[in-house]
Amino acid sequence: MLNIYEKGILELHNLLKKKEITSKEVTEIFLQRIDELNKDINAYITICADIAMSQAEEADKKIAKGDINPLTGIPLGIKDLITTKGIKTTCGSKMLYNYVPTYNATVYEKLLNKSIVTLGKNNMDEFAMGSSNETSYFGVVKNPNDLERVPGGSSGGSAAAVASNQCAASLGSDTGGSIRQPAAFCGVVGLKPTYGRVSRYGLVAFASSLDQIGPITKNVEDCAVLLEAISGYDPKDSTSINREVPNYFENIKKDCLKGLKVGVPKEYFIEGINPEVKSTVETTLKELEKNGSEIVEISLPHTEYAVAVYYIIAPAEASSNLARFDGVKYGFRASKFEDLLDMYKKTRAEGFGDEVKRRIMLGTYALSSGYYDAYYLKASKVRNLIKLDFVEAFKKVDVIVCPVTPTTAFKLGEKVDNPLEMYLNDIFTIPLNLAGNCGISLPVGRDSSNLPIGMQIIGNFFEEDKILNVAYNIEQLVN
Amino acid sequence: MEYEVVIGLEVHAQLLTDTKIFCGCSNKFGETPNENTCPVCTGQPGSLPVLNKKVVEFAIKAGLATDCKINKRSIFARKNYFYPDLPKGYQISQYELPICEHGKIKINVNGKEKEIGITRIHMEEDAGKLSHEGIDRNSSYVDFNRTGTPLIEIVSEPDIRSPEEAAEYLKQLRNTVVYLGICDGNMEEGSFRCDANISLRPKGSDKFGTKTELKNMNSFRNVQKALEYEIKRQKEILEEGGVIVQETRLWNADKGITESMRSKEEAHDYRYFPDPDLLPLIIDDSWIEEIKKSIPELPYEKEKRFIQQYKISRDDADVLVSSKILAQFFEDTVKYCNDPVAANNWIRVELLGSLNYEGKSIEECKLTPEHIGELISLIKKGTISGKIAKTVFREMYETLKKPEQIVKEKGLTQISDEGELKGIIENIIKNSPAQVEQYKNGKTKVFGFFVGQVMKATKGQANPQVVNRLLKDMLDK
Repeated sequence: MLNIYEKGILELHNLLKKKEITSKEVTEIFLQRIDELNKDINAYITICADIAMSQAEEADKKIAKGDINPLTGIPLGIKDLITTKGIKTTCGSKMLYNYVPTYNATVYEKLLNKSIVTLGKNNMDEFAMGSSNETSYFGVVKNPNDLERVPGGSSGGSAAAVASNQCAASLGSDTGGSIRQPAAFCGVVGLKPTYGRVSRYGLVAFASSLDQIGPITKNVEDCAVLLEAISGYDPKDSTSINREVPNYFENIKKDCLKGLKVGVPKEYFIEGINPEVKSTVETTLKELEKNGSEIVEISLPHTEYAVAVYYIIAPAEASSNLARFDGVKYGFRASKFEDLLDMYKKTRAEGFGDEVKRRIMLGTYALSSGYYDAYYLKASKVRNLIKLDFVEAFKKVDVIVCPVTPTTAFKLGEKVDNPLEMYLNDIFTIPLNLAGNCGISLPVGRDSSNLPIGMQIIGNFFEEDKILNVAYNIEQLVN
Repeated sequence: MEYEVVIGLEVHAQLLTDTKIFCGCSNKFGETPNENTCPVCTGQPGSLPVLNKKVVEFAIKAGLATDCKINKRSIFARKNYFYPDLPKGYQISQYELPICEHGKIKINVNGKEKEIGITRIHMEEDAGKLSHEGIDRNSSYVDFNRTGTPLIEIVSEPDIRSPEEAAEYLKQLRNTVVYLGICDGNMEEGSFRCDANISLRPKGSDKFGTKTELKNMNSFRNVQKALEYEIKRQKEILEEGGVIVQETRLWNADKGITESMRSKEEAHDYRYFPDPDLLPLIIDDSWIEEIKKSIPELPYEKEKRFIQQYKISRDDADVLVSSKILAQFFEDTVKYCNDPVAANNWIRVELLGSLNYEGKSIEECKLTPEHIGELISLIKKGTISGKIAKTVFREMYETLKKPEQIVKEKGLTQISDEGELKGIIENIIKNSPAQVEQYKNGKTKVFGFFVGQVMKATKGQANPQVVNRLLKDMLDK
């Protein structure tokens, strides 16, 4: 039998429901696990044991009264750029090392209403800028599969915490692959919802037109449960979409592989993909074919521009989003300065790390007078072409399947001095953020070093139910 | 050389909505610092703006009233710059696609009608307020109560050719937004602010000269004075063969001059781009039609109508329409007395005089059009004289009693009874032989003496016309 901490949301829910264990007991087990592992893996920036225990106690009272939903009393981690009232929210930055929000993010409020237990705030790349969790002011996160390797990023802490059983599940955020890539590197399930599916209110913005919050879980069923809990229209977020939230969990087990049209973009199986990643995904595709799916080669012709477009749009928005961190109102302020301008300069020079500064400079440049048309405007137009690629593709297929990343988890420090190579790591995940549609990262095998390999299932706009259904069926095949 | 002045104005009008433009905080002034704030208007990490529909409605009203095209699709953009009163490090404004464009306003200078083009009207949020205190003013405080207050910026075409036209344009614009009920139009308090772009060019040239931008003019008078000063300054430079430097200049009201603030080279690059937190604003025709119906008769048209319909002078009409309430007061008074000229006189001289004396506005006036209308009717009927009416007015203003009641209570009814007056006059003639003698010898000026005596004897209540006639008859006998 599995240890308690190895169990996911639904498995724990069943035990809680049958009253075989209390939320307090579960929470204590997880807190102890964090206590043991955090010094090595560093998946948490803040651990809130007291809050967790009191939330667990409340949850137990509800369960005793028969008031229980699948998330009642379930201990979760929350990526540290989702605001939690009264709990420090650092965004992995020195700039917010002491920032305690005065309000809850909509997603966190929704989870609190479901009586979850908050174990703590997960480590991450500074302001979600990174693919390896090496840019965090609070230290690197290590991959639980191999402590010499990166967990991926930017939601590296969330993925590592789930993979090393330091929480039942976690919330991450995804701007260019920040949920899917670490999920793939750590061997867990991660889903980026359609843009507008989940409220961004209380998600500290990196690139507003690309950011989405999503679940990182141990299995597809848990993913459906957590996604359903956080989805839905929010009047506080003008970009959230007023569209009914389907019951993601209900239809997940339905057989769907027979007759399923699976698109495989020829542009995604390029040179440079690690052969083991490629062959594992291809093996999975063969399995699908055996189970009656139709594999269709498709084209997403503007794929080659995606990374370039992303590294104009995302830094441009970030340069503006991060302007509020000026030392005036909250967070870090340089201790010595001459005047106002000097305070701005020193605060931002000392408060931000290199990668954040690099992107602020990129973005500032891209928006500057005389360059705007050539960069930001052009990028916006190409972005639209990338979106149209997906619109066209989904006229022919039900889902699109490809690797999540070109390689498995790389070594700590391996790419840290080569930003371009680091950026290319997100080549298969970025196009979805630009287009807005949803995608799930699912572990489908391991390489010869026993590192997890992730497969991405991309869905049309608001077809999270379909990719979850496909992912569940594949999960069953792979297991 | 003769020069032509080219002026364009940028006006910021604070909108009278209950709540701020992007959050639910109160839009009231004068509260405790940082009382009316929330995560959104203090720029907390993770907070997001949600557009206040009322702001859009008000902007559309302003657009319709100035003959603008209302853009069915408009875009909010971020204007990026650092300042402690700007909590997000950017101001949400509109840039490439504003809500209103291509409008115009009519003005009238010295009886000549002229149209001034409106380039655009867009919506944006206001910034907070800084204050510096302590020894050497070395402590700085920021109050975010004003942050997120909705503004519309109204940009004119460079169609204005003199400081008088500029003042007239501003007055029309101010009256318009006040009539629409979307702004209180208070320049001193900063809820209606104006910046000016001004340049000179040789008369007859169609090329624009180099302009300067003038800021910090917080009254109509200051706008006019600053423009006059700047014309003089630019003219002197040009006449000496110099060149105008493109720059922003601040009006120093104490010194009566404009002073350089920053050059073109020091100007910010605001790095405008569409705000990804707000979707494009889509407006449908039916809403525009609905708003159209709510637009009242506007001051320029009302003024024209007053001149035609009531046969009053432009100056009079100008004063009356300067406030919608005053204009309505006037029209209602006319309904009671059917005498526009008298109504205008009584309102302008007595009523506004009394209110002014107390520092009150017409909005605070307790007297009703019925009071003044009936007072005028009493004069017209001959019940009281114009002179007595002033006494009645004072009483009425203090007590709010109806004029008839005051006349009755105080026994102020005019004496028109010829028999009674004849008796009084006979008495006066009898007692003033010297004056009668003078009158008979052709010194008709002395007539006034007799009128005065009659008025004295009747405590001013004698009907002047009757007195004049009777006196003449009796003295000439």
